[in-house]
Amino acid sequence: MMNPEALQYSKSHEWVKFEEDGTASIGLTDYAQNALGDLVFVNLPEIGDAVEAGEAFGDVESVKAVSDVFSPVSGIVDEINEELLDAPETMNSEPYEAWLIRVKEITEKEELMDAKAYEAFCESQEE
Amino acid sequence: MERRTTLYETHVKYGGKIVPFAGYLLPVQYETGVIREHMAVRTACGLFDVSHMGEILCRGEDALKNLNHLLTNDFAGMVPGQARYSPMCNESGGVVDDLIAYKVAEDVYLLVVNAANKEKDFQWMKDHRTGGAEFTDLSDLVGQIALQGPKAETILRKLTDEEDIPQKNYTCTFRRMVGGRDGVECIISRTGYTGEDGFEFYLAAEEAPKLWELLMEAGKEEGLIPCGLGARDTLRLEAAMPLYGHEMNDAITPLEAGLGIFVKLKKEEFIGKDPMEAMKEAGGPARKRVGLKVTGRGIIREQEPVFLGTRQIGTTTSGTHCPYLKAPAAMALVDADQTAPGTAVEVEVRGRRVAAEIVPLPFYKREK
Repeated sequence: MMNPEALQYSKSHEWVKFEEDGTASIGLTDYAQNALGDLVFVNLPEIGDAVEAGEAFGDVESVKAVSDVFSPVSGIVDEINEELLDAPETMNSEPYEAWLIRVKEITEKEELMDAKAYEAFCESQEE
Repeated sequence: MERRTTLYETHVKYGGKIVPFAGYLLPVQYETGVIREHMAVRTACGLFDVSHMGEILCRGEDALKNLNHLLTNDFAGMVPGQARYSPMCNESGGVVDDLIAYKVAEDVYLLVVNAANKEKDFQWMKDHRTGGAEFTDLSDLVGQIALQGPKAETILRKLTDEEDIPQKNYTCTFRRMVGGRDGVECIISRTGYTGEDGFEFYLAAEEAPKLWELLMEAGKEEGLIPCGLGARDTLRLEAAMPLYGHEMNDAITPLEAGLGIFVKLKKEEFIGKDPMEAMKEAGGPARKRVGLKVTGRGIIREQEPVFLGTRQIGTTTSGTHCPYLKAPAAMALVDADQTAPGTAVEVEVRGRRVAAEIVPLPFYKREK
């Protein structure tokens, strides 16, 4: 799957989409969902929670294991994708549609990559 | 350095995601993923490489005597072609390993043990050998493939004559050709570790890739797909089959693990008998294996504490999401006075308490 040009990417394999209204949506990349395998559970923060760049804000579980999901930005949780709670497999089938949270009042962001740089980064991860 | 089974290249060819496991490089899953592999076994059929398992031959005039000394089950009265499951215990009743023993002929038995334990088991058997019997480790020579699922017999029938197929569970046939005259000679055993009907084939290790391809081709129409270690684990857990190192180990007795029917205390003597007899006379073990159904949100994994209010009553031994039941489930060892089905408990999952309920085992049982 191609990584969309309009998104930015973190080294911990989250994607970020900065919206025009100043909020940002965060999801897991195709590389991440592929490495994790079939996802069966997601644990999200609550609306109003503060998230910090580089810190875990939730976790996702595959059949085999649990993994933290890190926030590429600091801010306040504006919205969570409740549909994922009942259908976590969407993160496997449509990773770039399945956003986990939207963050507002962003004060800080991690160093992020564009699609091309992220692709090269993923290749360098393969042994 | 991990070893490869003779099917390593086959796994790579089929898109297996290779991981180290019990000293071997094996596929944890293929491109299909754990859930589809699990569902294939429940509804059609799946193929597993289990060549990492150990095979030890026990033979000699005192072979039966040795098995009955080493193992908790009773092996008297078996006929060739029968198989029997048993724990193998240490002097304090803890489990050294669990295994399946096949009677091959009078005074000849084939013992199939867990991969991670095979060196330890072989040494243990030699150290506790008595009289006229010898143990030979055949693990490097023997390949093993498991064909599991409701379509297993239909698939196997395309490759063998009817009389080659063992009809009863826990029986086997010897030196049968799978795939006709130019096929592969196997022991065909009606056993498995998935909770489904199915077969396990033992054959010369170098012939395993040939048998794999024969079965894959024969099973095409039935929806046969290769399955990895991930599905093997979710399938056995859903069927509540115990796994060494989880539900039992050298400090957990078979009585605690819920394997009491495989411990024949009426036998005159066997390693571990005294402590287990004492346990039984004292009213049974102090802790027992139970099933846990998650009633809150989350997935319970192994080695997580189980609470009844503020009191810790036990620890989980295995836990995952069960793909067929579409729900998380776990097994735990808990205090024997708190094992009643329906008991509401909480499990601490990475600092968070998840509500669960004690339920009877197994979680899944196939319809016969």
